[in-house]
Amino acid sequence: MSYTPHKSPIANLEEKNILDLLKQDKRIDGRGLTEYRELRIEPNIIEKANGSARVTLGKTQVIAGVKVEVGEPFPDTPNEGALSVNAELTPIAHPSFESGPPGEGAIELARVVDRSIRESNAIDREKLCIESGKKVFVVFIDLNIMDHDGNLIDASTLAALVALLSSKINNYELKDGEIIYKSEQKPLPVNDCPIAITFAKLGETLILDPCLKEEAIMKCRLTVGVNEKGSICAMQKGGLGEFNIDEIKETTKLATEKSPEIRKKISEVMKNAKN
Amino acid sequence: MNLNKIPEKLIDEKGLRIDGRKLDKLRPIKLEVGVLNNAEGSAYVEQGRNKLVVGVYGPRETHPKHMIIADRAVVRCRYRMTPFSTEERKNPAPSRREMEISKVIREALEPAIMSEYYPRTTIDIFIEILQSDGGTRCASVTGAALALADAGIPLKDIISSCSFGKADGKIILDLSDAEDKYGEADVPVAIMPNFNYITLLQMDGELTIDEFNKGLDMIMKACMEIHDLQKEALKQKYTQNDK
Repeated sequence: MSYTPHKSPIANLEEKNILDLLKQDKRIDGRGLTEYRELRIEPNIIEKANGSARVTLGKTQVIAGVKVEVGEPFPDTPNEGALSVNAELTPIAHPSFESGPPGEGAIELARVVDRSIRESNAIDREKLCIESGKKVFVVFIDLNIMDHDGNLIDASTLAALVALLSSKINNYELKDGEIIYKSEQKPLPVNDCPIAITFAKLGETLILDPCLKEEAIMKCRLTVGVNEKGSICAMQKGGLGEFNIDEIKETTKLATEKSPEIRKKISEVMKNAKN
Repeated sequence: MNLNKIPEKLIDEKGLRIDGRKLDKLRPIKLEVGVLNNAEGSAYVEQGRNKLVVGVYGPRETHPKHMIIADRAVVRCRYRMTPFSTEERKNPAPSRREMEISKVIREALEPAIMSEYYPRTTIDIFIEILQSDGGTRCASVTGAALALADAGIPLKDIISSCSFGKADGKIILDLSDAEDKYGEADVPVAIMPNFNYITLLQMDGELTIDEFNKGLDMIMKACMEIHDLQKEALKQKYTQNDK
């Protein structure tokens, strides 16, 4: 069951200030309307995971870990590996997060991250087939939200992607249906680099990368996933408000323009990590 | 009972789809208002082979108390697939998919509900999918809008919803299950027809910006068509009662 959430009391106090600033095209943290906060990406922070990453977007911090295990394929895709994304809004990340089974916020977050990665075919799932119909690699992406200051979707999608890019799996041999691992490793087959770009509508203004205070008073948000070709591969509207058509067209256009910047940053980070 | 085989192609040489539809045609839609006895508002929807019932209760007292919002009503929404609604039996426990869809349906409807008229109360929307064949979340929004109107809850507009997508390289309207599974993209949309607002928008697959914009224009027209059917369904019930 999904129900209308409470608005935070701080939001009521700060709402006017934020909206007044927006009328002058200003934001509470001094950013431009379509400017990202400072982005830091650290790949491979957990040795025991196949791949991992810490992403900080302003004060939002997400850690993603990839674990690859052997499992059975889905009956309708016997030659493809599987992907599973899970998100934990851990209670250390924000006073409003409580421990317990994932709520609709965590589920939506995981499913939107999953959508960008799955629909852009970022993981070459056919290369993860070990024995058709019997054994495939299952890629688990676990997202741990460490500090929540808004825009968890973009930060989590980035963390998931960088964790995938840094992932390695052991080479193996198949003998009589048994998997025998070798010591050398190869990278996980990653084909695309989908970027999620989230806009929020505050009053009648569209802003990029909302922080927590902006999210608290936003009418609604729209996430656009963009693949390397510049096509849209995922979308999700959230929040209690509505968009008009011009706003939708503007966000999709802006998202395709913004995504190469972030992709470039990722490739720089990955290149430095290898050296 | 396997009704769906994996199709070789989704659009034939004549430009027709597996069920014989043209690219920009909706499936046959049947809407009925006031189908339940106890619910304050209800609606039955058939769209192609989709069959679903929506029941609305409220505004009523909020339980538990901590959920009360002082200046508006809480809107609760549950989208549920019956175990017999799919090819393989669906586990009756709520899935992650159902939880996400419950949320997006609620967020699609809330912009139209004048919830500030009923502070401290709850408006409940329950959706039961009896048979699913692609596009159930859209059909649910269409039905829920009718059930809310039937319950007498003040609305800014009757929300209408449908999906567009892409199959065999062509932009198509109102995707069936096979077109959703084997096609290239699926974009569910809900609109407030009298304001041209978009209240639900999701997408998976791959579309260029031009294809997306083309589909967006197509879906606005289709939703207007559904909106006319909704008005007709409401009139049907209330003119009958007058006699």
